[in-house]
Amino acid sequence: MAEIHIDPLEKKWIYFIAFFLLISWGTILYYTFGKGVRPPSNVEVIDSARLHLPDGVGGGEFMEKNLGVHVDNNDHIKVIMVAARYGFYPQHFTVPVDTPITFRLASFDVLHGVHIPESNMNTMIVPGYVSEVHTQFTKTGQFPLICNEYCGRSHAYMYGMIDIVPKAQFKAEQSAHAGSMASNKDTQEQRT
Amino acid sequence: MNVTTANAASSLTPAEQKSVSRITFWNIFVAFAAFALAVPMGAYQVLVRSGYFPELKNAALYYTSVSTHGVLMAYVLSTFFIMGFGYHTAANSLKQGLWNKKFTWFGFWLATIGVILAAIALLTGRASVLYTFYPPEMAHPIFYIGAAMLVIGSWFWCVDMIVETVRWKRRHPGQPVPVIMFGTVMNALLWLWTSLGVAAEVVFQLIPVSLGWDDALDPGLARTLFSETLHAIVYFWLFPAYLVMYSILPKEAGGRLFGDEIARIAFIMLFIFSVPIGFHHLYVDPQQAAGWKLLHMFGTFMVAVPSLITGFTVIASMEIAGRLRGGKGVFGWLKTLDYGNPVVLAGVLALLMLTVGGWGGVINASYSLDTVVHNTQWIPGHFHLIYGGTTVIMYFAAAYWLIPKITKHKLFSRKLALFQLVLWFLGMWITTIPWHYLGIIGQPRRVDTLVAYQQAGGELLKSWDLSMLVMNVGAIMLLVSGILFIINLLFSVVRPEPDEAEKIVEYARAIKEPMKVPYVLNSLSFWNWTMFFYLLASYGYPVLQFWFLKTPQSIPWGY
Repeated sequence: MAEIHIDPLEKKWIYFIAFFLLISWGTILYYTFGKGVRPPSNVEVIDSARLHLPDGVGGGEFMEKNLGVHVDNNDHIKVIMVAARYGFYPQHFTVPVDTPITFRLASFDVLHGVHIPESNMNTMIVPGYVSEVHTQFTKTGQFPLICNEYCGRSHAYMYGMIDIVPKAQFKAEQSAHAGSMASNKDTQEQRT
Repeated sequence: MNVTTANAASSLTPAEQKSVSRITFWNIFVAFAAFALAVPMGAYQVLVRSGYFPELKNAALYYTSVSTHGVLMAYVLSTFFIMGFGYHTAANSLKQGLWNKKFTWFGFWLATIGVILAAIALLTGRASVLYTFYPPEMAHPIFYIGAAMLVIGSWFWCVDMIVETVRWKRRHPGQPVPVIMFGTVMNALLWLWTSLGVAAEVVFQLIPVSLGWDDALDPGLARTLFSETLHAIVYFWLFPAYLVMYSILPKEAGGRLFGDEIARIAFIMLFIFSVPIGFHHLYVDPQQAAGWKLLHMFGTFMVAVPSLITGFTVIASMEIAGRLRGGKGVFGWLKTLDYGNPVVLAGVLALLMLTVGGWGGVINASYSLDTVVHNTQWIPGHFHLIYGGTTVIMYFAAAYWLIPKITKHKLFSRKLALFQLVLWFLGMWITTIPWHYLGIIGQPRRVDTLVAYQQAGGELLKSWDLSMLVMNVGAIMLLVSGILFIINLLFSVVRPEPDEAEKIVEYARAIKEPMKVPYVLNSLSFWNWTMFFYLLASYGYPVLQFWFLKTPQSIPWGY
C-alpha cells in the first residue's frame, strides 16, 4: 500500500485550516447554545388555502379578526400576520423596542419572505407552513417589512410598515385603545 | 522515468484528435453563445434597478430578463463549458480517443435541444419563475421539460468521463489517474449525485403539475430537493476553474504543481463535502428543523477546506514559477510572473476574488449570521464575485488556451485578451462591492424597482443611493469586457491564422510525481459509497419527513 506524501509546509497549512474550522464552529455553537440564536425552524403545517376559515389544518389562527399585535397577561407580544400577493396583513402596526416578540406568519398563496432591514427578522414564508420568528428590536423608528422572495410581477411593491416605539409609548397607546385590538384599529385607519 | 513520459508514448491519432476537437468546440460554442446572450441582460437589469433610468422600467421584461440571465449563465454557460473542457481533458490527459462518439453526440443534442426549448419559454415570458424555479409559481411545461433534457444530456457526459477513466485504469493497473482527469471525474460524480435533487423536483413535481396531470404540490419538499442541488452545483461550476489552476496555470507560468497528492485530496473533499450540505440555503425556511440545519452547518464549513488547500497549492506553484524566472525575496516572485499570459493573469485575478468571495461565503454558512443577509442583495453580490468573477474569468482563460488548440488558429489578439480580463476583474468589483454593502443595510435581491420602500420613514433609502449609482459603472465595464471576449474568440475562429505549434497539449507536472498513490486517492467506488451514506444521513429524514407531515398541498399559481 502506497503512502500519502504531504509536504511539511502543506501540513502546517492544514493545521491552520483545522484551527480556523474549530474557531468557526466554536463561535457558532456558543451563539446557538449559549445565546439561543437559532434560525426560525418550527416545522408546523397549515392549509394555506383555508387561512380565512375557522376549520381545516391549523385553521382559525390566521382569520382576519386574529391578525395583528397581541399582548398576553405576561406582557409577551405575539404578532400574527398573513403574507399574500402583494402585501402583509396587517399592513401597519406598532411594537415596543427591547421586548421579546414572536412573529407567526403564513402565506395565502405563493412563496414570500419577510425582512426588516437592520434587524435579524428575516424568514421565508412557504405555503403549507407556519413561519415563527423570535426576535427583539433594538432601534426605534419606522421600518418597512420587505418581501424578499420573488412572488410575482409586483413583488417589488409588496411591503408592510412597522413602527418600533419606546416601551412607555406602546403601553400608553395600548391603554388608550383598550386592549389588544389597538393595532388592528390602526390598520383599519391606514386602509381608509 | 516517471508516469507522464510513459504515457506520452501512446498518443491520439489525427482522427481521434479531430473528433475530440469537434465535440469540444461545439460544447464551448453553445456555452459562450449563451454567455453572449446573457451578458447584456445582466447590464440591463442593473441599469433598470438602479432607478437612474426610469424610462427603462418594465416589471414583466425585468423578470423575464432575470430568469433568462440566471438560466443561461448558471446552467447553460457552466454545463456546456464543463462538458467541452472535460472531453478535451479526458482525451488529452488519458491519451485515448472517445469510447463511443454516438453516445457523446446524443447527449450533446439532448442537452442542446433542451436549452432551445427552455429558451423559447423564457424569452416569450412564459417562464419568469427565476432560475431557482420555486413553485407553487408555475411556468410553461416546455421550460421544465427543456431543463430536464439539459440535465439528462449532461448525465451522458458524466457517464463518458467515468467510462474513460475506468478504461484507462484497466489499461494502466496500479497507476494514478492524471491529476486533471481525477478532478474531472470527481466533478462528474459530484454532478451525478447533486443533480438528483433538481431532477426529482422537476420530474415528480413540476412537470406533472405544469401539464395538469397533478393538481397540487408541496413547496417545502420542492425547496428541500432543490437545496440538494443548489449548493453543490456551484462547486460543479467552480471545479474546472480549479483544474485550470492546478494543471494548466503552473505549466503556462513556467513552473511546477506544488503537490500532486494534496490536489487529489482537495478534489475528493470538494466532491464529498459539497453535496450533503445544502441546508444553508434553507436556514430561514420553516419546513426544516433547527437540528438538521446545524448539522449541515458543520459540513458547509468543511467545504471551505479544499478551497483553502487550493489557494495554498496554486499560490505555491506560482511562487515556484516566479522564482524560476528570477524572482527573489519573500514577494519578489510576484513581480517576475508572466502576466502577459492570459492563464497566469486570470489565475491571479481569480484568486483575489476567491479570497474575498470565500469569506463572504463563510458568513452565509454561519447559522446565526445568515439571517442578516438572507435574500438581500448581499447574496447576488457573493455569487457574482465567486461564479461571475473567480469561475468565469477562469473559463475565459481556459477558452483563450483551448481555442487555438482545437482550431489550430492563433488567438486573434493576446493584448485584447489581457485587457478584457482586467476589465472584467475591475467591473466585477465595482458591481459586487456595492451589492454586498446594500445587502448588509437591508436592500432585498430580485426586485425591479425600489420606489415602493420610499414610503418608509428614516434614512434607509438615502443610504442606498451611492451604491446604486456606482454599480451602473461596474455593469457597463462588464458588458464591454464580455463583448470584447466574444469578439476575440469569434475573430480567432473565423479569421484563421494557422498555427500548428499551438496544438500541443501539455499539463503541469508536480514537483514529485507519485508512481503509486494509496487506493483511496485513485478510487471512484469508495467515494461513491461514502457519498451514498453521507447523503442518506443528511437528507434521508429531512426528505422522508414530508410523508409524515401530511402538508396540505399548494395549487399552482401564475406570476
